Amino acid sequence: MNPLGITLTLIIFYLFSELHSRRRAFYTNPVLLSIITIAAVLKGFGIPYESYMDSAVILKFLLGPAVVSLAVPVYKGRETIKTYAGEIALGIAAGGTVAILSAFYIARLLGGSEEVLLSIAPKSVTTAIAIGISEKIGGIPALTAVLVILTGLLGNAFAPELLGLIRVRDRIARGLATGVSSHGLGTARIILEDELAGAVSGLAMALNGVFTSLLLPHLIELLK
Amino acid sequence: MKAYRGLAIIFGFYALGELATYILNLTVPGSVLGMLFLLGSLLTGLIKLEWVEGEAELLVRNMSVMFIPPGVGIVAYLGLIKSQAVPIFVALVLSFLVTLVVTAKTVEFLRRGVE
Repeated sequence: MNPLGITLTLIIFYLFSELHSRRRAFYTNPVLLSIITIAAVLKGFGIPYESYMDSAVILKFLLGPAVVSLAVPVYKGRETIKTYAGEIALGIAAGGTVAILSAFYIARLLGGSEEVLLSIAPKSVTTAIAIGISEKIGGIPALTAVLVILTGLLGNAFAPELLGLIRVRDRIARGLATGVSSHGLGTARIILEDELAGAVSGLAMALNGVFTSLLLPHLIELLK
Repeated sequence: MKAYRGLAIIFGFYALGELATYILNLTVPGSVLGMLFLLGSLLTGLIKLEWVEGEAELLVRNMSVMFIPPGVGIVAYLGLIKSQAVPIFVALVLSFLVTLVVTAKTVEFLRRGVE
């Protein structure tokens, strides 16, 4: 195994994380900047993706155990879930379904190919789960990964402002809308402004991941 | 030493989830099933929170770096993205907006008069 792929990933992610801790803005998102930089390095030096992945695949493999680990924050939030069970269930059912259908139909209306439709459908759930869904339904996991991050960046940059614009002041509504629409990156932003909304957003992200992974493959079969 | 117990449980539930999706031929990712199994085990007390808490939080906190290798795979699809830029990016932005508004308004409607 060639250790360069994982070393390169760790160095570049470390540098961009440092930058992000100094300048907190959506355009300094370390994940997106690292993907762009490494992709440019591979292209620039003519390095095949496979030789980069030779060792970088270890990091990708850890996404599975990391998703399993999401059980811990959900378990710890069980009291919040109980308190707002109705809102959480209906918010996720409505928002999670709309996220899939709107992405799929808008892309199809504008002439997207089938692999693009399948890759964009899970864009609102947390990256690790979205990649898993994309793999299962025949999308392009790499494209899904990037689209999920871009969706998260939209939430990170604009969710609180947009919620203000449509005059949603209820904290539970704000948290759920952010988590369901823009997963962890949206959560990271709203938690800075309101702890309760942030906690609800994090739970909404995890539960919407489960909801979407159960619903989406069957829904896609009907839509195709 | 305790870290090994936590990691063994987490990796074990992942394996269990993968096994279940394979045997039952499910469309749910094995990791998501593994998470549901672990959640169920925590709720029933089969697994104690302190057995997995530290290791689980370590993995969740460091999830960001794990998206980079799959994301870099995008180099193979630059042509596809360029040729389908309009459907991809318009759908992305509009779908995000619609999802945010629908979720917020649904929940707000349910909570009218609650506080």
